[in-house]
Amino acid sequence: MSGDIRHVLRLGRTARGRFTLAVLCGTAATGAAVALGGTSAWLIARAAQHPPVLYLMVAIVAVRAFGLSRGVFRYAERLIGHDTALRVLGRLRVTVYQRLAALAPAGLSTERSGDLTARLVTDIDSLADVWLRLLLPYTVAGLVGAGTVAFTAWLLPTAGIALAATLLTVALASPLLAGRISRHAEARIAPLRGRLATRTVDLLDATAELAAHNATTAALADYADTDRDLARAERRAATGQGLAAALATLAGGAAVWAAVTLGTPAVRHGTLTGLLFAVLVLTPLAVHEAFAALPPAAAQLPRLRGATRRVLAIMRRPDPVTDPTDPADDPTPPYHLRLRGVTAGWDRGDVLHDLDLDVPAGARIAVTGPSGSGKSTLAAVLLRFCDHTGSITLAGTELSTLTGDTVRRHIGLCAQDVHLFDTTIAENLRLARPDATDDDLHHALTRARLDEFVAGLPDGLDTFVGEHGSRLSGGQVQRLALARALLADPPVLVLDEPTEHLDEPTAAALTRDLLAATAGRTVLMLTHRRADLDAFDTVYDLRSGRLVPGVSTTPHTHRDRTFVP
Amino acid sequence: MTPVDPRLLRYARATAGHLAVLVAFGAATAALVITQAGLLADTIAGVIEHGTTLAALGTPLVLLAAVIAARAVIAWATEAEGHRASARVKSTLRRRLLAHVVDLGPAHLTDRRTGRLVTLATTGIDALDGYFAKYLPQLVLAVVVPAAILARVLPADPIAAITIAATLPLIPVFMILIGLATRAATRNRYDALTRLAHHFLDVVAGLPTLKVFGRATHQADTIRRITDRYRKSTLATLRIAFLSALVLELIATLSVALVAVGIGLRLVGGHLDLRTALLVLILAPEAYLPLRAVGTHYHASADGLTAAEEVFTVLDTPRPDTGRAAPPADVTDLTVDAVTVTHPDRPEPAPDAASLHLTRGHIVAVTGPSGAGKSTLLSVLLGFTPPDSGRVLVNGHDLATLDPDRWRRHVGWAAQQPYLFTGTVADNIRLGAPTAPDTDVTAAARDACLDVPLDTPVGERGTGLSAGQRRRVALARAYLRHADLLLLDEPTAGLDPDTEARVLARLRTLAAGRAVLLVSHRPAALAAADTVVDLTPALR
Repeated sequence: MSGDIRHVLRLGRTARGRFTLAVLCGTAATGAAVALGGTSAWLIARAAQHPPVLYLMVAIVAVRAFGLSRGVFRYAERLIGHDTALRVLGRLRVTVYQRLAALAPAGLSTERSGDLTARLVTDIDSLADVWLRLLLPYTVAGLVGAGTVAFTAWLLPTAGIALAATLLTVALASPLLAGRISRHAEARIAPLRGRLATRTVDLLDATAELAAHNATTAALADYADTDRDLARAERRAATGQGLAAALATLAGGAAVWAAVTLGTPAVRHGTLTGLLFAVLVLTPLAVHEAFAALPPAAAQLPRLRGATRRVLAIMRRPDPVTDPTDPADDPTPPYHLRLRGVTAGWDRGDVLHDLDLDVPAGARIAVTGPSGSGKSTLAAVLLRFCDHTGSITLAGTELSTLTGDTVRRHIGLCAQDVHLFDTTIAENLRLARPDATDDDLHHALTRARLDEFVAGLPDGLDTFVGEHGSRLSGGQVQRLALARALLADPPVLVLDEPTEHLDEPTAAALTRDLLAATAGRTVLMLTHRRADLDAFDTVYDLRSGRLVPGVSTTPHTHRDRTFVP
Repeated sequence: MTPVDPRLLRYARATAGHLAVLVAFGAATAALVITQAGLLADTIAGVIEHGTTLAALGTPLVLLAAVIAARAVIAWATEAEGHRASARVKSTLRRRLLAHVVDLGPAHLTDRRTGRLVTLATTGIDALDGYFAKYLPQLVLAVVVPAAILARVLPADPIAAITIAATLPLIPVFMILIGLATRAATRNRYDALTRLAHHFLDVVAGLPTLKVFGRATHQADTIRRITDRYRKSTLATLRIAFLSALVLELIATLSVALVAVGIGLRLVGGHLDLRTALLVLILAPEAYLPLRAVGTHYHASADGLTAAEEVFTVLDTPRPDTGRAAPPADVTDLTVDAVTVTHPDRPEPAPDAASLHLTRGHIVAVTGPSGAGKSTLLSVLLGFTPPDSGRVLVNGHDLATLDPDRWRRHVGWAAQQPYLFTGTVADNIRLGAPTAPDTDVTAAARDACLDVPLDTPVGERGTGLSAGQRRRVALARAYLRHADLLLLDEPTAGLDPDTEARVLARLRTLAAGRAVLLVSHRPAALAAADTVVDLTPALR
């Protein structure tokens, strides 16, 4: 087992007691099944000697007891095993979440897309399976297997060795073979599957385009060609698929065959009684039946290992920003924000270079620049999402001497990639101020010019916004985010491209309302829009990570982006 | 959910052949199981009762080895054949699915549905592997093997045969009974799990926002609380759900124990010989094994069956009725007469009774705020969306009566957000005219004022080109159709004023021989049109 998986097991160590209990129940259940096979073989062989029935009573009771207890113990094993896995899951979720919370957003820049976040969540969930679907069956099988091998070796040492060899084949060699075969097949099939997926997306996303250009038939024929290639490769790979199952079947038969071959001379020589010979030959059938569950369990290993690797890579990622151990006192008004010689960037190098900027208390400053010029990095530095060199002070206190949470209480953000949670409008707003009254909420919505819309909804504030705010329009999402930022009421408010994803008329309207809503407060607006900047006290231009003051009248010549003059 | 969906047999004929092969393999397995038990019983009885030597066991041991090897080969062949059949069936289903979806047309495909269909056509259908390679073979074994064993045990020991025959049907009966009883609970648990994963996903995706408002730490407690609540409710369900497994195990194991004790007692009484007793003892568990294994493989197959059902639902959706008539040879005159389209998720129809008239040599511009139905109007003209009321007349013929495929040969369309395929710019321009000579492609690109070389590679969804360049590729695509009617959706959005002016000037020249309908809200584009139709609801 790889070191990564061991690390995950350590994360769930609080569940060890429960897990042991599950193992015990599982061992009892599987043990009962094997014992049932052995005891009934003894019972039959002994009965054939026509002893008084009384002599058989113990065996009869034992057979019945084993028959009953197996199901009961299995039931207990399953329940306790699931309980353990769910407890581990809860713990893992919290542990990984805390790590994610420390990293977000800078340390998670590669996980930003929705698909990757979704995979991460699935990965965490599948880690609980390490316990339930891998460790539990293998531990139980190991214990029962060891017990049965010891018992068989006691009857006849060579038969014990043979049984051990066949069990190891099922538990280890068969999964290894299966893994190798499926890796080999996957290497050939995966690229074809990828090509087919691309063609599927092409066909479905471009249905209109294809139909309008009478190109559907050709595209479908293209798709069918790729599909045939994939089906052919899959059929070819199928030949290898059952080999592991065949090996397991072969091993089970070999154990019985070896017991007969080794046991017959032993009976002849008197080292083994006829009674025990029956036990020796029939026990392997029962224990191999129990081991048959292992190869499917082992087949999960590559998936679990991949999930583990990805989750641990995140757990081991360094903090993008460390909080000071002994934070300074909270800054006090007036809140003058001052940047001197600030250089900052992400993994791929610095984005801001030696930047100076002053945002006096009550001032409204705009920083413009095309995308990629470093505006979002500037926002991240001010919110302490990203470390910097140089000096940033708020009311004379260095930001780096404050905890991130303190900084963010004083410097708020309303960003382009705002997230609305899949809950009600009220809940989304109260994120900013949990104790806000409904009146506070309406007041904030009014200033963001959204109150009329909300008042018109049948459920008002209790309207659900949908996943990522999908039930609202792009403009409404931004207005709700603005209302939330206003409700938080930070002394300094940073607005990062609040109009990015909106069409031109909506963007213009929102910018006007933004300016009106934030009148009288300290605002730093980061935007690529050149329009509607008259209301700002100062406009800077950010180019290649440096601020160029006073060039705000020069229009940008960014290709394919027009600016309202 | 039935074990074998009849629609699977109807839509994918390979399934029937596969089933026949599986029955043959199942029969062979049953024969081998019985032969192996007979050989073992003979050998053990011989050794115990007559002290047979190893040398005398030569033939039985070779036979036993051969039976074991044959069982292994059949185990291999069953799975390999399962995967082979699966590959065939998956391919059939995928191709039928996509062909049908394309026939249903773009109006059927919402964004959400497209995403769902992509998943279905790729990973969804792939889940059928579990169904074909594991579940179906096991299902066949579960029918064939117990029947064969009963047939073998009955003459040897009728009482044991009756015990097995009486208990065996209890397994599927209980499986179904408990399955029905726990179905609601299982679905609730699945829903809860989905909700929980969704909540966690939502929180992780919103982490930057949570941090901005200092609520990130607080959420850890919420996650702990919710997961714990889920654990408790899940365990309550599992306590019932696992009862099914408990009952099944009890029936199977207890029956084997009963059979063992029964034959033991009959053996003592002298009503049975050791050889028969051993045969029954070995065969009894083998009768229950395949039935119980069906349950374990059921879950592996459920995903695949669900996917297959979704495919069938799509395939059962009837194709829309379309006109058959041939469109006029030359389209010179287009009338939109009070066309109204209602949308299921919006209260107001858009467009709402839109009318316009368009003739060859003219440019009509359609404008209006977003949501006024401009793009929907183009969709109606393309024959994708049937109007709920009103009609479109082509040289006086109702568009609804025309064969849409042949009608579209008269139309050049540039979408607002054009879809570009992986390949080169030239490949993309050739979409609607694959055999067009290079000179025509170059001319179309020049008319569209496209400023990139034609051999520029285009990545997935047009990566490598700017939004404005993508629009102009779409424009060149429409021009290359040499169509009577041009439908251009925001062709100049995102272009700088210079380029926009050049594009519009070229369009003016091109309009000489055709009718142009232009959707835009850019002043320059509206100025270039002969007529402007405003779809703003308040204006009409």
